[in-house]
Amino acid sequence: MQYHTPASFEDASKIAAKATGITRFLAGGTDVLVQLRADIVTPDTLIDIKHIDGVHDITRNSDGGWTIGVAVTGAEMTEHADLGGDWPGLVEAMDLVGSTQIQGRATLTGNLCNGSPAADSVPAMIAAGATVTVSGPNGTREVAAEDIATGPGRTSLAQGEIVTAVNIPPRAAGGGDAYLRFIPRTEMDIAVVGCGINLAVDGDTITAARVVLGAVAPTALLDQACADAIIGSTLDDAALEKLAAAASAACNPITDKRGTIEFRTKVAGVLARRVAKIAYERAQAGGAS
Amino acid sequence: MSLDDVKTSDFKYVGTSPDRPDGLDKVTGRAKFGADAYAPGMLHGAIVRSPHAHAKIISIDTSKAEALDGVKAIVTRADFATGLTGSNWNVLENIMASGTALYDGHAIAAVAATSPLIARDAVKLVEVTYEILPHVTDVDKAMADDAPIIRAGAADKSVPEGLHPNVVRYHESGHGDVDAGFAEADLVIEDHFRTEATHQGYIEPHACLGTLGGDGKGEMWCCTQGHWNVQKLCSALLGLEASQLRVTASEIGGGFGGKTVVFIEPVALALSRKANRPVKIVMSRSEVLRASGPTSSTSMDVKIGMKKDGTITAAKGVFRLQGGAFPSAPMEFTAMCAFAPYNLKNVKQIGYDVMANRPKQAAYRAPGSPMGAFAVESVIDELCNKLGLDPIDVRLKNASHEGTKASYGPTFQRIGLVETLEAAKAHPHYTAPLKPGQGRGVSCGFWFNFGGETSVTLALSMDGSAQIVVGTPDIGGSRASMALMAAEELGIPYENIRCTVADTASLGYNEVSHGSRVTYASGLATIKAARAAVKILCARAAAKWKIDPEAVDWVDGCAVPSGPNAGDFEPMPIARICASMGRTGGPISGHYEASPEGAGVSFATHIVDAEVDPETGKTSIVRYTVVQDAGKAIHPAYVEGQYQGGAAQGIGWALNEEYVYGEDGRLQNDVFLDYRIPVASDLPMIDTVIVEVPNPGHPHGVRGVGETSICPPLAAIANAVSAAAGVRLHELPMNPPRILAALEKRG
Ligand SMILES: Cc1cc2nc3c(=O)[nH]c(=O)nc-3n(C[C@H](O)[C@H](O)[C@H](O)COP(=O)(O)OP(=O)(O)OC[C@H]3O[C@@H](n4cnc5c(N)ncnc54)[C@H](O)[C@@H]3O)c2cc1C
Repeated sequence: MQYHTPASFEDASKIAAKATGITRFLAGGTDVLVQLRADIVTPDTLIDIKHIDGVHDITRNSDGGWTIGVAVTGAEMTEHADLGGDWPGLVEAMDLVGSTQIQGRATLTGNLCNGSPAADSVPAMIAAGATVTVSGPNGTREVAAEDIATGPGRTSLAQGEIVTAVNIPPRAAGGGDAYLRFIPRTEMDIAVVGCGINLAVDGDTITAARVVLGAVAPTALLDQACADAIIGSTLDDAALEKLAAAASAACNPITDKRGTIEFRTKVAGVLARRVAKIAYERAQAGGAS
Repeated sequence: MSLDDVKTSDFKYVGTSPDRPDGLDKVTGRAKFGADAYAPGMLHGAIVRSPHAHAKIISIDTSKAEALDGVKAIVTRADFATGLTGSNWNVLENIMASGTALYDGHAIAAVAATSPLIARDAVKLVEVTYEILPHVTDVDKAMADDAPIIRAGAADKSVPEGLHPNVVRYHESGHGDVDAGFAEADLVIEDHFRTEATHQGYIEPHACLGTLGGDGKGEMWCCTQGHWNVQKLCSALLGLEASQLRVTASEIGGGFGGKTVVFIEPVALALSRKANRPVKIVMSRSEVLRASGPTSSTSMDVKIGMKKDGTITAAKGVFRLQGGAFPSAPMEFTAMCAFAPYNLKNVKQIGYDVMANRPKQAAYRAPGSPMGAFAVESVIDELCNKLGLDPIDVRLKNASHEGTKASYGPTFQRIGLVETLEAAKAHPHYTAPLKPGQGRGVSCGFWFNFGGETSVTLALSMDGSAQIVVGTPDIGGSRASMALMAAEELGIPYENIRCTVADTASLGYNEVSHGSRVTYASGLATIKAARAAVKILCARAAAKWKIDPEAVDWVDGCAVPSGPNAGDFEPMPIARICASMGRTGGPISGHYEASPEGAGVSFATHIVDAEVDPETGKTSIVRYTVVQDAGKAIHPAYVEGQYQGGAAQGIGWALNEEYVYGEDGRLQNDVFLDYRIPVASDLPMIDTVIVEVPNPGHPHGVRGVGETSICPPLAAIANAVSAAAGVRLHELPMNPPRILAALEKRG
């Protein structure tokens, strides 16, 4: 195994482009190292990206949006003074990942690029309308968060491509987001169902919404029918019922050791209702801090 | 035991909770566990395991692995003893397959190499050709006519004709006429229950370091609940003389019954014999879950008749236990414990031991008892609900007491079930208001407890301090309890006593630390050893005073004349007698060897409040109270720890722990991420009430406490969850999908 600590994304991308066999970028390592130890994936090339300038920064841009470095940990997001004011749902979703120890290492980018359909921060990122900046041999492109994962453990990144930043849009007034997951215990489980919602209100009426379900399909699902169920409503009981039905209908889950098809389908609706209420309350309370 | 041997009140040290003697070592990381041993030239062992649930082994080709640089030895079944029979054969077959892989994870071969990584790579180079056979992992399916036969001829004589060859043992017991009893009842309920296998979940995986030379002499260091048993089994499996193998028990990171057997120890010795170097093996968590000894899974039918006033008129239970691909499921314990809390005129219990393609089950705290209690106590709860009766009053009405003919045969001596029920009823928990969505459950539970072969030596030092040498690994704080009992007898402070768990070369034979026997049996032996030493101490004082030894008493660590007639001498403290022991007759020690048979049975009553989210089926345990008879709590903080630990493991077993096998017969959840034991935040504070009804069979009144605490939780939690959900749950674990499905079915 070759271990590299490039000082720039350009170098990192070059090493990855030339590498043969299995390549992994090492952010927090909470997926990569666990898979290595468990003899599931032994990379031939390991590229540690934590030595690149700026990767540990959380930056508020002039338009009010945010740039989150690819080595920023969950704990750093939670402890940030303002990020959680704008995007409480996103920060809470990342905060659900693992334990205190894991929070000191795990990153948004790693969560996204690991490609797990149950990744907690991913529905929240997609709901927020986040994009990632991707650099590679053919230049730089900006990719919507929902376009990264293509299936369990698979991404749309080409060989040599690396995520260089996560971009979160500005939080407009009258917006709010939330994320909840279902696990059978209180901690240390993988989501059986996850749901992230970001919405905006004008007075009491919902004017825009993005509803994303996790762990109920091969990738996180951004579902327009769910959004349509609540857009134009005041999140009354009828709208909530429509949302729950749409969420259940959107599910394409499997039965496995973590839950059954019936269970995931039912609970997706329950969670969507609960998440929408929290996001709605937050939106009404004013959105951006 | 004569009555004046027994002391059950006015204790000075017994009943206090001083600091644990192993505490500093454990919090500073100094304590040596199984994987903490190293030896010069040591190799690392790794095991080749079957990926199939049931497969014929056509060939094992080790040539590529042998060619790998750093590989020093490879063993297969051919490297172990031949001609074994009975349980020794079963143990050997389980730790190293012969012709057939019997479960996912079954050991096929093993490799020793100069590093753990080389050993891991070498394992992948061992080429095993299998012919896959049909498999069965479910207990009911394993008994069905069309089930694949796991091993023809494995059944013993107890099995009635006409049953599938996978049914290997049968049990029937009880008394009275159950049909007549059911006819007398105002209400009879019969129901079917199932529980899935769980694992003890000890935090320390199995680990050992073994050395075996061509001269047949060996050394074994391992984490075990019983090193004499390791000595016995390893020497049988390797064809050695027992005394030539010295076994030392490490500190142990939990066992709960799962470390009463051997898995890797004989393999390390076989590799060592072949490589002529020490070999260390450490199991991964995945190996522990796949190939150590989980519990049985069960399928049970229970029928109970009750009168309107709560009197149970008859009870019948059928208990089918799957214990892996070997005859071993503890179905007779399930059957015998199930109705033991109740004084029944008519009772019948039947047990089936069923083989399936799963690892050989091992003991897990009160093996077999919790499952039977789940079924029986659920039916009693349902009867109470239907007849509008208070569940504790009904249990009090039917409770076993001194003189009751137990459901499993003998007549109970002094027991404390009624006292636990009364304490539970008086506890504020029982009458505390419940919030919407919450339900309360109660259950009783029973375990036999055990004595077994026991040897203890107590030696006094020149300064009057004492060392106790025991042979029972300390799995629950027993070193502190031994020191407290010795302090009481010797009349010296707890801190002046050190208790050590000796290796097999340093003491007589000791049965495994199981059956909640240690504080009872090693405790009894410690007290007797201390009394033997005291007798010598008194004799030395008598010689000095030139009076009759019978005229000397032992009071507060001093020899004193027994009365005015004995003479007028100043008390002679232990330190003074010991300082001159070399000149006054030689070293002073006491020892005791016996198989004590007075282990008192014990009962518990648990109260649980559960809250169920009706939309997701998620359960939280919001309040938990354990009431249990300890006989006498030697170190009450440790006793509380046992009570709380039983409740905590019971919560896991009841709600989310289970072995999940796929259609292919492979274990799906072989890591703690998906084998869901409770995390700290899943548990409420667990309240404890220690009831003390002294056991007449122990000089300080001790009953074992380690196992009874896991007998009631499954049922108590099921009753609470069923009350909270408004629908009876019949199957464990009561995980959210199962609860939600039950709620949907009810509508
Ligand atoms: C005990 C434990 C509990 C966990 N609990 C949860 C949980 O509750 N919820 C959850 O969602 N996850 C959980 N995880 C999984 C893991 O912690 C998360 O997925 C985490 O966010 C991964 O981030 P990381 O920085 O550690 O990623 P790494 O392990 O460093 O990398 C993960 C993947 O991302 C790729 N990658 C990393 N950086 C880049 C980059 N800049 N460009 C392109 N690809 C990149 C790597 O190549 C790799 O494939 C848990 C893990 C553990 C060990």
